Amino acid sequence: MEWDEKEAESLHEPRGIKPHYIHRHDVVVVGAGLAALRAAISAAGEYDVGVVSKLFPTRSHSGAAQGGVAATLANVDEDHWEWHMFDTVKGSDYLGDQDAIEILVKEAPQVVREMEHMGCPFSRTSDGRLAQRTFGGHNKEFGRGDKALRAVFAADRTGHAMLQTLWEQCVKHKVRVYSEFVVLSLIIRDGVCRGVCALELRTGEVHVFHARAVIFGTGGYARIYRVTSNSWTNTGDGLSICLRAGIPIQDLEFVQFHPTGLYPNGILITEGARGEGGYLRNNAGERFMERYAPAKIELGPRDVVARGTRTEILEGRGINGGEYVHLDVTHLGKDKIMERLPQIAEVVLKFAGIDITRKPIPVLPTAHYSMGGIPVDLHCRVLGDGKERVVQGLYAAGECSCVSVHGANRLGTNSLLEATLFGRRAGKAVVRDLREGLEFSDLPPDAAESALKEVSRLREAKGPEKIALIRNDLRETMQTKAGIFREAGSLQEALDEIMELKSRCKSVGLQDHGKVFNTEMLEAIELSHMLDFGGVIVAGALNRTESRGSHFRTDHPERDDENWLRHTLAFMEGDKIRFEYKPVRITRFQPKARTY
Amino acid sequence: MGTCKLKIFRFDPEIDKEPHVQTYEVETREHMTVLDALHEIKWYQDGTLSFRKSCAYGICGSCAMTIHGKNRLACETQLSTLPREFTVEPLRALPVIKDLIVDMETLYESLYAVIPYLVEKRPPPTDAERLQSEDDRKKLDGLYECILCGSCTSSCPSFWYDKQYLGPHALLKADRFIQDSRDEGKAERLDLLDNRHGLWRCHTIFNCVEACPKSLNPTKAISDLKKALIKGKL
Repeated sequence: MEWDEKEAESLHEPRGIKPHYIHRHDVVVVGAGLAALRAAISAAGEYDVGVVSKLFPTRSHSGAAQGGVAATLANVDEDHWEWHMFDTVKGSDYLGDQDAIEILVKEAPQVVREMEHMGCPFSRTSDGRLAQRTFGGHNKEFGRGDKALRAVFAADRTGHAMLQTLWEQCVKHKVRVYSEFVVLSLIIRDGVCRGVCALELRTGEVHVFHARAVIFGTGGYARIYRVTSNSWTNTGDGLSICLRAGIPIQDLEFVQFHPTGLYPNGILITEGARGEGGYLRNNAGERFMERYAPAKIELGPRDVVARGTRTEILEGRGINGGEYVHLDVTHLGKDKIMERLPQIAEVVLKFAGIDITRKPIPVLPTAHYSMGGIPVDLHCRVLGDGKERVVQGLYAAGECSCVSVHGANRLGTNSLLEATLFGRRAGKAVVRDLREGLEFSDLPPDAAESALKEVSRLREAKGPEKIALIRNDLRETMQTKAGIFREAGSLQEALDEIMELKSRCKSVGLQDHGKVFNTEMLEAIELSHMLDFGGVIVAGALNRTESRGSHFRTDHPERDDENWLRHTLAFMEGDKIRFEYKPVRITRFQPKARTY
Repeated sequence: MGTCKLKIFRFDPEIDKEPHVQTYEVETREHMTVLDALHEIKWYQDGTLSFRKSCAYGICGSCAMTIHGKNRLACETQLSTLPREFTVEPLRALPVIKDLIVDMETLYESLYAVIPYLVEKRPPPTDAERLQSEDDRKKLDGLYECILCGSCTSSCPSFWYDKQYLGPHALLKADRFIQDSRDEGKAERLDLLDNRHGLWRCHTIFNCVEACPKSLNPTKAISDLKKALIKGKL
């Protein structure tokens, strides 16, 4: 049957979209990692849910997480939520919102136990309960005591175990998944979110998803750095899509560099390796972290250890003067390694040809996690002005959001927790709002305009610039000028370079002009996203003239609570980035000096 | 460092009537993987080359393909373990969408068919986890690590012959739950597997064991399931 364009338009459906490519669901979840799937499951019992993901769910980057998920179960040793809260607040360098952190740590035991009830294959203690191990930054007695045994884990494949479990639950609840659909834009009019537009990779067609509620669980962006632990697909799509819709992004200058990525690419070597007793050594064989974190040594928080490691490298004490140090687990013995760290034994053998039971691992800091993201309230509702005004029908959870529970630096094992807990919270908030009458809002006739334009422009793109070269330059700029140590001059250079790259991107040329599974077009879309939020990271780093958590300015090396104890909200307005601010919510713990 | 030649299966459904092989030469460097080589080709030689990839370290399962005749993950396969010239093909016995990208639906359907989630009939404890001894937890080792990459089933001659065969990946998933002391759906699941497209299609050929990039043993899982079934009947 012929599809009549005029007839479709008369039905007020979005222009340019074939009728059978408009999908209506009560809830549309974008992404399919821990936060997204946990949200989907929360809502699926009562409402019709569609998950839209650029990957088949089990391929999501959540599955790459290794070390563990934090909860004060006190299964192995005394522990209390108040201690976990203190550690998280201090770990955040006092930028975390304490009301949000209190929710995180209080609900953690229930959320983790629920994962077990769903069948997650966590490791066990000798009396059959969930095992727990130590992890950097987690201590007893408000930081004064010994290391806390707080991380629940599944060997060193915790993310994989949790993601598989949530996917299994989606199968159980018959959640409908649109797999390999790339979200291109948010449909927001008059402050109301009405759905999203997405490109179906398989056919090259643009679809519209009409929803009463949209939940973003789009994850992180660390692929923008040359050395990273992140998947190729972690390109911060959700962030740029929100920026383009006029929504500010919060605290993006805070980028976490995980201290131990396998040299040279940055493949993740879990912090659990240090939790189990591994040592970091420089060229002189010295456990150099004793100088940077005298009390906690290798188990200081990530920003402290990353800076310590990078300093050793910059000062010429890397192994053989090179860009890496050694992570040594040989003294743990083969049995313990095979029981607790089997995956990294396999990874290091496969990628570096090293047997970790006999030799140390070459590691360097690797871009890992985004503390910043889409600003949300305590129920995961997206704040259109970053402060108070909720965008009706739009929610966000997990790494792409900023509640803020991590402030300026995240503790290990708090991300798997945040994703699961706030994913669940987002799902529950959506259910409440739907019950209270959140309805479909009309799709405007031009709902798909920007998406269709983007796709057709790329389909015809025959310019002289190459995607890969622009991307290489972007990743190099970020790596050298917006990395662990930052200063005004090079940050400004980075901003200028990004402007130039954006301009080059306008004359990019593709070789693949096909519709079916055009992965070159996908890379072009991802590159344009990276250029947008990349500019925001650099502008934010330049703007914040202090050092806090993971953001370190060599020209402003001190923390400045008087001027900077506040969150940044970055609005992207054409070529300019405009900043507003909002206060940090402090309840139980007043900011103090942060030493380990 | 040197160079290597990749002979890659190409098929563009919008242009080609038949698949064909295209040969590319790539300059190699230390610790280079097949995925790195594919990227070199796509980014600097031929942007139309299409393949799936994501994590680049062997945990997501996106990049399973047939490399020099064996199913592996492209991101983990070091060029140093391959000859200077080798073939790269999409996983066998699955419909090709484009180049190295195959339609995985059949593999997902067989997973759905084995009740791939924990079956609980009794409510869980209210404020605690369900207990599971260390020995019981150990039974899941070698089963829960599966990344659903498809290397095993697409290497299985029984699957090539019978596309309705559930396949080693689905049977391994079934075993992951049947071995789980917390699961209460053992009988139901075993019943689903007890047919000519289920357990009995396995003829212990062992290709799956050779193919699995995570060194899992689906043949053993299938043999354990067969034993459990027979035991139940006696």
